[in-house]
Amino acid sequence: MSSGGSLSTMQRLVEQLKLEAAVERIKVSQAAAELQQYCMQNACKDALLVGVPTGSNPFREPRSCALL
Amino acid sequence: MQPTDAYIQPRLLSWRSSGGKLCTKMDQTFLAIVFGPCDKCSKEKPLRPVSVKSEQRSYCSLCVEMVRPAQTRQCSSARRKPLTKRDLVDMARPGPEFSSKVMVKSSAALPMATEGLHENETLASLKSEAESLKGKLEEERAKLHDVELHQVAERVEALGQFVMKTRRTLKGHGNKVLCMDWCKDKRRIVSSSQDGKVIVWDSFTTNKEHAVTMPCTWVMACAYAPSGCAIACGFPLSVTAIITLFSGLDNKCSVYPLTFEKNENMAAKKKSVAMHTNYLSACSFTNSDMQVNAFPTRCSPSPNWSCTQILTASGDGTCALWDVESGQLLQSFHGHGADVLCLDLAPSETGNTFVSGGCDKKAMVWDMRSGQCVQSFETHDSDINSVRYYPSGDAFASGSDDATCRLYDLRADREVAIYSKESIIFGASSVDFSLSGRLLFAGYNDYTINVWDVLKGSRVSILFGHENRVSTLRVSPDGTAFCSGSWDHTLRVSAGRTERFFLQLLNERGSGGRVVRGKLL
Repeated sequence: MSSGGSLSTMQRLVEQLKLEAAVERIKVSQAAAELQQYCMQNACKDALLVGVPTGSNPFREPRSCALL
Repeated sequence: MQPTDAYIQPRLLSWRSSGGKLCTKMDQTFLAIVFGPCDKCSKEKPLRPVSVKSEQRSYCSLCVEMVRPAQTRQCSSARRKPLTKRDLVDMARPGPEFSSKVMVKSSAALPMATEGLHENETLASLKSEAESLKGKLEEERAKLHDVELHQVAERVEALGQFVMKTRRTLKGHGNKVLCMDWCKDKRRIVSSSQDGKVIVWDSFTTNKEHAVTMPCTWVMACAYAPSGCAIACGFPLSVTAIITLFSGLDNKCSVYPLTFEKNENMAAKKKSVAMHTNYLSACSFTNSDMQVNAFPTRCSPSPNWSCTQILTASGDGTCALWDVESGQLLQSFHGHGADVLCLDLAPSETGNTFVSGGCDKKAMVWDMRSGQCVQSFETHDSDINSVRYYPSGDAFASGSDDATCRLYDLRADREVAIYSKESIIFGASSVDFSLSGRLLFAGYNDYTINVWDVLKGSRVSILFGHENRVSTLRVSPDGTAFCSGSWDHTLRVSAGRTERFFLQLLNERGSGGRVVRGKLL
């Protein structure tokens, strides 16, 4: 019986929703501030943001060596 | 038929605390559970003993739920890490016990003895309860929505022009590149394509180090193990294969299929094949009519668990955690209503969770130990193609066919930013963060890569170069470059920086005069 099947599905859905509703939450302002802080703290290490000194860039153009 | 192959399930312990609250935790010892064909639905699943009409039978977890619907499992509050303040608050609260079940898709009917009328009443009351709970959830989330992320970030300096150059183009695949991953050595890249080949590249020299031909086309997923010694690939034969790479003189590769074989000894299954000119001859994987994880779409070796575990997301709507050495299923995750297209593991510092996104437009966060979905988000308008954790582990981004990328914060339990533009109408197939989390790179089906400022919500740059859809994109482990794979058969390794920061850096380092222009070498 399809109603029987959906009954158990509904029961599970209700249980899952109860679980999710009970999650501990913090304010968006606080969460956003922490995300921003993480960004700022790590910005100097981020090569795609600040770049790396050309010498140490592993992806620089391969230079040819002249053999004497 | 005899059930075969054991798999391990963490055991749940429960006790009453002094406050009368029912506490539960996951026991670290494991209970062996037999795996095999279910006596009721004949599907290959982990089995549990159940007595039906005073006869001992072995049913899969789905059928057990049908027979004993009143059986509930208490929610696990176990954590591997020491208790945090949040846990203490949670435990101290005199709340009602959770009684939760893993959400499982049930296709078979429930053998009901109750009357039809009573059923309908219960169903209706449950539906209304579900609706009210959903409403309550939205309310709770909205209460804490006091500000937008970009408002908080107003005082942050804007990023200047993002200057990017393609540094390497990796050519060699004969068909669409479907997936790629970086090795932890920040140099090697593994990529898989529709031509059935899995290639390991050295991104510095663009040389191919290994090329493995899989027995079928559409190698949809590939991932590098943290050790760098193995790669995992998933493809639609219900099998995920682990390929162990040796860089010894004899250049052998061993292939370990992860599959539920009857009476299979994994050691016997292992095949060692000598490589000739870097090619591995095709292997055959039998038993292709498996339903569990019928279509592995994404692989991710667990970084914080032992190297020998792998997580897969599948087209059958489930995710699964496997043990590589034994090839057995450790935990399965049910809850998505449709194909699961992507997953990402939380960075190792933050715990044992992962996030998955699927065709049901939902992104779900799971506890790997209990198999429970702990949070879910449903704000996208279409399939979620890619999910990626923010580097700190407190948030994740998703890219979807609805042409937007969104940022969800896990502690605020809501979406906090949307990255979209009216001019972008094609779906985002792949997203990744830069090392600091300030930049979000997203590859789209309109052949471009958009770079977003995560905090301000604005687009920093749009990158061209690919001649077909961008299907996969990953930033290197040290954040110096990112690699994008496309349906144009190539992979491009690109690097760049934002001009403003670069100039600032030059000025700080004292270049003897104010630098106003820099040149990207």
